[in-house]
Amino acid sequence: MTRALAVLTVSLGLLSLLVGQAGVGIVDGTILWSLRAPRTLLAAAIGGALGLTGAVLQGLLRNRLADPGLLGVTGGASLGAVLAYYYGLAARLPLALPAGGLAGAGLAAAAILLVAGRTGTGAALVLAGIAIASLTGAAVAVALSFAPNPFALAEITVWLLGSLEDRGWAEVALALPAVAAGAVLLLGLGRRLDALSLGERSALSLGVDVAATVRRAALGSALAVGASASVAGGVGFVGLIVPNLLRGRVGERPGALLAPSLFGGASLVLAADIAVRLVPLQQELRLGVVTALIGAPMLLSLVAGGGERP
Amino acid sequence: MIEARGIVVARGPRRLLDGVSLALAPGELAALAGPNGAGKSTLLGVLAALARPDSGAVTLGGEPLDALPRQVRARRIAWLEQGARAAWGMTVREVAALGRLPHGDADRAAIDAALDACALAALAERRIDTLSGGEARRAMLARVLATGAEVLLLDEPAADLDPAQAFALMRLLRREAEAGRAVLAVLHDLALAGLFADRIILISEGRIVADAPPRAVLTDAAAGTVFGVRFGTDDLPRVLP
Repeated sequence: MTRALAVLTVSLGLLSLLVGQAGVGIVDGTILWSLRAPRTLLAAAIGGALGLTGAVLQGLLRNRLADPGLLGVTGGASLGAVLAYYYGLAARLPLALPAGGLAGAGLAAAAILLVAGRTGTGAALVLAGIAIASLTGAAVAVALSFAPNPFALAEITVWLLGSLEDRGWAEVALALPAVAAGAVLLLGLGRRLDALSLGERSALSLGVDVAATVRRAALGSALAVGASASVAGGVGFVGLIVPNLLRGRVGERPGALLAPSLFGGASLVLAADIAVRLVPLQQELRLGVVTALIGAPMLLSLVAGGGERP
Repeated sequence: MIEARGIVVARGPRRLLDGVSLALAPGELAALAGPNGAGKSTLLGVLAALARPDSGAVTLGGEPLDALPRQVRARRIAWLEQGARAAWGMTVREVAALGRLPHGDADRAAIDAALDACALAALAERRIDTLSGGEARRAMLARVLATGAEVLLLDEPAADLDPAQAFALMRLLRREAEAGRAVLAVLHDLALAGLFADRIILISEGRIVADAPPRAVLTDAAAGTVFGVRFGTDDLPRVLP
């Protein structure tokens, strides 16, 4: 299954290189190299980060409803980026937006790690994450209410919906190392997550350092998701849906879901980003909108078909 | 040999365990009995090194438990949580294989032997959430056995089992003890404890009030006082294995 999904990811990546408003096909080396290649790479990296993080968090919390958004890191990234807009930094410095996002994500992650590191339980991790997410959500709402002008308001709103439009190699350089580091941390958690399916005390009795596992999951998720959100904005739903879609095919053992969720997430976001470019609208559809448009019916049909036990 | 000396666990002003000492030798099957809230699970948790006592110490083969690396501890002491269940619909084999985690291997022979011992060979590839309650409990036990630990600490392994299943479970624990393991099981069914255990450790309000063979513990003076019951000698039919 992992191999099939990896092949799907590579195929969609190649397709993504060939598709765009300039037409289908290799039109121009510059378009290919400076626009489509970084965009493709980012789509795969962000999708992989979200799918993998979703699988890890669901395993850690023993709950199929867990989603990377619960960590509050996405909220932190949004707030950082919004502040960059708000103070006009984004207009002066093109990289101010992702840099602001990264700073916000980092602060949110630090706060969560502080709490999770102290208590060392998955439940505390998520409660802290939800608190941070609410806090950043409120702060973003305040920024929106006091937006300096309608143009800024529209920009912020659009950014919050997620997009990969016009992202280049600078964004790749900013996000990719953090995503890769996070993914390495998370992919190594498989057997510990398997043990945690019996509960935290049983895992402890099996020799698993549960507190260290929670810290590593929090750090890995924060790196991967924070970097993703800082360059692409809010791309929702991927982390929630991908592991749930795959569970019926690869089995429910949490460790077995990690690599497939990485490639599944990459495939979903690549497909969504291709769709975004192919739908002939004056303004591009937002990536976060399309992942939800693709993902929601898939999840609904899965639930309706009884493939998913609540 | 696992040995606890003077274990005290306090929560606020309340002492959950108040100076508990006991020793369990290889080959022994002991039942831990006592009213709800007496400290049975707390004691098991301390013996499994899941909780640190406020005072007192546990030794395994003469070595303090805290001095052993966590992996080594997990290889030598296996613990079954009360009401243990798996959060995901893993297969029975996948659940049993978790018992090999402390060894860092997937020793197929050990896993198969554990599945066989729990009469689960035919159900090995079934998802655990499709099994009956008794079968799922056996799968959890198979996970514990797959570790091959020298000490088995089982918190209410017989809860919710019908009489035939409970007898089968106790026979299995008996065999494990005869194979040289030290087995300590929390049991609420005193009749079951009396039929199978070498000794019954009776605990009440955090103290051990009796630690002796069943015949000496299942009396009005000992267990009768602790539970507020009497032991009858009339001619009602008794369930036997």
